[in-house]
Amino acid sequence: MCVCPGPRRIAIPVRSSRLPLLSDAMPAPAHLFPLIRSCEISRIGSTACYCHHRHLCCLSSHFAHSHFRYAPQKKFAALYRPKEHFNHFIHTRDYASTPQRFYLTPPQVNSILKANEYSFKVPEFDGKNVSSVLGFDSNQLPANAPIEDRRSAATCLQTRGMLLGVFDGHAGCACAQAVSERLFYYIAVSLLPHETLLEIENAVESGRALLPILQWHKHPNDYFSKEASKLYFNSLRTYWQELIDLNSGETTDVREALINAFKRLDNDISLEAQVGDPNSFLNYLVLRVAFSGATACVAHVDGIDLHIANTGDSRAMLGVQEEDGSWSAVNLSYDHNAQNEREVERVKMEHPKSEERSLVKQDRLLGLLMPFRAFGDVKFKWSIELQKRVIESGPDQLNDNEYTKFIPPNYYTPPYLTAEPEVIHHKLRPQDKFLVLATDGLWETMHRQDVARIVGEYLTGVHHQQPIAVGGYKVTLGQMHGLLTERRARISSVFEDQNAATHLIRHAVGNNEFGTVDHERLSKMLSLPEELARMYRDDITIIVVQFNSHVIGAYQDEEL
Amino acid sequence: MFLRLLSDIQWRAAHPKWRRMSGSQRSSSTTAEPHPVALPAQAQVVICGGGVTGTSVAYHLSKMGWKDIVLLEQGRLAAGTTRFCAGIVSTARPVSVELKMAHYSNKLYQQLEQETGVQTGYVKTGSISLAQTQDRLISLKRIASSLNVMGIPCEIINPKKVLQLHPLINIHDLVGAMYVPEDALVSSANVSLALATAASRNGVQIHERTCVSHVTIQKGRVTGVETDRGRIQCEYFVNCAGQWAYELGHSGEEPVHIPLHACEHFYLLTHPLKDPLSSSLPTVVDPDGRIYIRNWQGGILSGGFEKNPKPLFTEGRNQLEIQNLQEDWDHFAPLLSALLRRMPGLESLQIMQLVNCPESFTPDMRCIMGESPTARGYFVLAGMNSAGISYGGGAGKYLAEWIVNGYPSENVWPLDLKRFGTLQSSRTFLRHRVMEVMPLMYDLKVPRWDFQTGRQLRTSPLYDRLDAQGARWMEKHGFERVKYFVPPGSDLLDLDHSKTFYKPDWFDIVGAEVKCCKEAVCVIDMSSFTKFEISSTGDQALESLQYLFSNDLDVPVGHVVHTGMLNEKGGYENDCSIARLSKRSFFMISPTDQQVHCWAWLKNRLPDDSNLVLEDVTWKYTALNLIGPRAVDVLSELSYAPMTAEHFPSLFCKEMSVGYANGIRVMSITHTGEPGFVLYIPIEYALHVYNEVMNMGQKYGIRNAGYYALRSLRIEKFFAFWGQDLDAFTTPMECGREFQVKLDKGVEFLGQEVLLEQKQNGVYKRFTMFILEDHDTDTDLWPWWGEPIFRNGRYVGKTTSSAYSYTLERHVCLGFVHHFDEKTGEELVVTTDFINQGEYEIDIAGQRFQAKAKLYPFSSLFTQRRRKDEVELSVMGKG
Repeated sequence: MCVCPGPRRIAIPVRSSRLPLLSDAMPAPAHLFPLIRSCEISRIGSTACYCHHRHLCCLSSHFAHSHFRYAPQKKFAALYRPKEHFNHFIHTRDYASTPQRFYLTPPQVNSILKANEYSFKVPEFDGKNVSSVLGFDSNQLPANAPIEDRRSAATCLQTRGMLLGVFDGHAGCACAQAVSERLFYYIAVSLLPHETLLEIENAVESGRALLPILQWHKHPNDYFSKEASKLYFNSLRTYWQELIDLNSGETTDVREALINAFKRLDNDISLEAQVGDPNSFLNYLVLRVAFSGATACVAHVDGIDLHIANTGDSRAMLGVQEEDGSWSAVNLSYDHNAQNEREVERVKMEHPKSEERSLVKQDRLLGLLMPFRAFGDVKFKWSIELQKRVIESGPDQLNDNEYTKFIPPNYYTPPYLTAEPEVIHHKLRPQDKFLVLATDGLWETMHRQDVARIVGEYLTGVHHQQPIAVGGYKVTLGQMHGLLTERRARISSVFEDQNAATHLIRHAVGNNEFGTVDHERLSKMLSLPEELARMYRDDITIIVVQFNSHVIGAYQDEEL
Repeated sequence: MFLRLLSDIQWRAAHPKWRRMSGSQRSSSTTAEPHPVALPAQAQVVICGGGVTGTSVAYHLSKMGWKDIVLLEQGRLAAGTTRFCAGIVSTARPVSVELKMAHYSNKLYQQLEQETGVQTGYVKTGSISLAQTQDRLISLKRIASSLNVMGIPCEIINPKKVLQLHPLINIHDLVGAMYVPEDALVSSANVSLALATAASRNGVQIHERTCVSHVTIQKGRVTGVETDRGRIQCEYFVNCAGQWAYELGHSGEEPVHIPLHACEHFYLLTHPLKDPLSSSLPTVVDPDGRIYIRNWQGGILSGGFEKNPKPLFTEGRNQLEIQNLQEDWDHFAPLLSALLRRMPGLESLQIMQLVNCPESFTPDMRCIMGESPTARGYFVLAGMNSAGISYGGGAGKYLAEWIVNGYPSENVWPLDLKRFGTLQSSRTFLRHRVMEVMPLMYDLKVPRWDFQTGRQLRTSPLYDRLDAQGARWMEKHGFERVKYFVPPGSDLLDLDHSKTFYKPDWFDIVGAEVKCCKEAVCVIDMSSFTKFEISSTGDQALESLQYLFSNDLDVPVGHVVHTGMLNEKGGYENDCSIARLSKRSFFMISPTDQQVHCWAWLKNRLPDDSNLVLEDVTWKYTALNLIGPRAVDVLSELSYAPMTAEHFPSLFCKEMSVGYANGIRVMSITHTGEPGFVLYIPIEYALHVYNEVMNMGQKYGIRNAGYYALRSLRIEKFFAFWGQDLDAFTTPMECGREFQVKLDKGVEFLGQEVLLEQKQNGVYKRFTMFILEDHDTDTDLWPWWGEPIFRNGRYVGKTTSSAYSYTLERHVCLGFVHHFDEKTGEELVVTTDFINQGEYEIDIAGQRFQAKAKLYPFSSLFTQRRRKDEVELSVMGKG
């Protein structure tokens, strides 16, 4: 009889492969809510605790997050409305008895996950894509209502390169919104050569049409404030006028441009709040911007030169494909928080020794703020006198807000906070396949190695599903058919994402302990009521930039 | 369609002359075994490949008396795709020559066991092809018609009968089926071994474990073969290397392009049923479910052609990897679903194995055979599109005839290697195309389908202009040609998707284009046609052409001659128009797909004289065909030259200016019989001339037209096209073109003797035009080609092309009428009276329509009176 070639080991775990799938499904409320109950409610409302990454049960730290990242003090209990939360927990016990109501169908899950997804492909010219960037996918999933994360992406039109950034707001979204609108203009202007600046200034002066500086790639939900545009523009113009006056004559260094832009924007935010605006709406806006805060993680890609400017605890990570095809992750930013020893060192260096003990408490700056660098947050930058003066002369809303009036404890030698970014320069190599920029909402739930693997496999279309092999095992056609049908259903969930960022969010939210997406879990996480959602996850914002290895390879060859 | 068989490999013990010679035993795979018999230093023929095709070629060559033959196999005999072949011998083939090959194979295999003593496992089981839709049933009926006239039993049966023939089939979704009772199953490996055994007895030397590294070619001829065991000098080399034929063809210094590419093919083997299936149970083909099912050792063997094939070996030979192909159940899942839907009773049947065996496919789903256009003596037989067992026997026979006699006994142009050129040889093209071809094996093929992959390779400079005006495209030899122009505002989706055996949706669109050709003027871009220039310093060009062409080419400069390029038997190797540009140079226009064949034919026959130059100028010229009574007005306004018949008679060629562009070659021919001109425009002027023509033509009602209009026009005027109506087995005498043969031109020419003989004794087939009488264009199935023709109820031939004539408002079919003796079946001379005195019917998918036969076209169709011989101008090209 015929002998067909090849070893045929049986590896057909017909039943066994099916069962784990069922058991790894999260046994719903029974799993979730007892955890909540086990937390002491009193603790929730009091002090912050260390955030255990990737552990859903770390309720208290998430709760702390949920409120502006300031550990609430007892005396501000009313402000933080812990009572309301308490009530929600009570309610959840009711939900637990009717778990069905948490279930979302796969299309419903998808519509939630895809609501904010955006993709941009760099257009090809003459059939040849000469950009080192193929395009990017971005998406965000809110946990706060409204979401406090922002994202931006734009192509520099007067210089080369592309800018991408994620911004994680706290104490409201005002600052993150302002930074997402304004920062790239500051960077672009910092990069412009003197002649172009002159040209732009002359155009403004004579009322001619302005050279476009940036081409934005925006999701319809990414809005720009119309009311403030004039104000913002004037500040920006002042900046470039100064740059023209300074005319150093040197070619612009990207690192310096990034640092200058960050610092300048933060300075402008601060000044605008101090000066105020005759328009009461704008006046309130600039104050909200200044009193809230935002971290920023921005990438500038030009050819093979990749610069990451980071302020705060969002993170940039490079996905590298090794020679054997496997994926590894390279960090391109350092988190500015208490886990970063150098950062703690820096803060301590900048203040008298007497404050050493009060500077970082409970892993927070002055015991309050998680990120050690941020835009806005004038509460940590201005002198007490300035704060008081601005608040007193400010609108009533500001005066009524307990939080703004509250002065951080042990506040002796401001500023305690800076927006100055740390810039890392990386020369892209052909094996650098993609860059992930994401707010800490992602990094809390996933290890960077998993992120690299999931995105890498998604982009290359490789999905590791163990092939089935029938060896000497007894399998009938009917059994095989059932097994294959089930596998197809599973695979199709992978292919329903057209966007790498969406795919990553699906994993971040829906992964079970085996690293595969569990629909049940996903459905539950997404159907949490608004107030509860924040306890289980943070806002997640992700940009996945895909590189063109061919172009990068060609650049490299040129350099050699 | 499918043919793989798991064989019982008993041959090791069984046979043996060559086995003793090669001395290899399978068990010795662990040790490097010695080859006791050295390779011969020379042989007349070296065949590479010990699969069913290679052994079949060896078998037939040795049967024809050639003995000095060496067959080399890199591994072991029948160890490649042949070993995995499902072993289904199926004669239900849409292409006539394929049908004949399969029929012959079946007869050959049936007696092979008796002849050789090797068990071949031949069982006549019959086969059932199922139809889930009416359209599928129509396509089966069309095949049934051609099987029946071949004398192969075949019937269309209802679902109930299906159940009687095969109790496991779920018939609820069936509308009918085709039953071919004589189809068979074999063990394909054993068939190869039987063929090898017989060949070996006839003196063929067989060497296993011998790898051909490349073929040496000198001065355009095969001189020898380099192997890992030394060199063999030979006159003929036959590449039967299957999926490795492409690589082998490219391994030498002078590449031989053999466009084929392998895909993974999966089939399933099961353990026996509780009640083991009978070995005589018919094979089931369910094309709508994309699967086939045969009985196998009491269980079943079932595979199929999935929608998403997996091409493999794109990067090279990878000979060893065939052993390591993995089963892929997820990939097989849709086919398994189809299997269980068709035979739900098999749910509890136990799986034995999922076999993954590579199959090679070609760009047009037809196998590749014949001689290389660049290397004489280099023959190829490969790319069986997973029908190796069905075709193997017949294909081997034709190729052996080709090698021994110089030509095969059937028209094999549809399979000829020379239908391809270098342009089909790109790896990327092949990879993409085979992914389309493999699913097509079971896709419903309605009339005039086009390949969707590998398109827009060769285009006219006007492509974008025409495309923007609504052009719909088809492809010929890589060249995009316009089918018709969709008028603005038409529902485009509708046009692209409704495909039918009935009246097509472009009916009115083409009708309007035809009307414009008749009443005003149309432009058709004909740039795809092959264009050669032949020139010499002395009279060599004229002398050579006079020998190679049947018409008299010694005409005054500026005249155009329609002529056949005939072979020794008087058959059309090519049909072309030749313009005499000067005393010593000629411009020759042939059909698009003649580019490789015609070039090779001329190159091999023109004297080796550096003063005689043959040049392919296809790419240099854009051809615009201006058809219609107002063409003359447009052209004279554009050139400020009188273009009327007195100044520019028909069949005339002149270089002149059109618009600002000078040096445009204008010929008064149209390929349709309508008045008009063809403009051969150096490509840099193409856009200019086109724009000028369209602007100037506006007041004469000019519009674009496509090939479908051209086709309707030429068929209603009884114009034969080479490649469709004419082939190497048709002489000018048989298609009413005696006027293009100048037997008395004073120069000897190829095929002259045969033509003389036919002139005296008559012809055995006659090209005839049929007008369908009781055919309703709106509701009846349309004729296509290949429909049987019946005279007084008896089969006399097949149609070769057909079209709706918008002028006659009838369908016109062209085809050949034979005269078979009623008793003996012997072919008799066909006389005019025989044609005229019969009652004719055309069989379209089993339904017969009355037809009126005509040997001459309707003179009323010609808008201008011309001399009679001009009226019957032949045209070349394919519609």
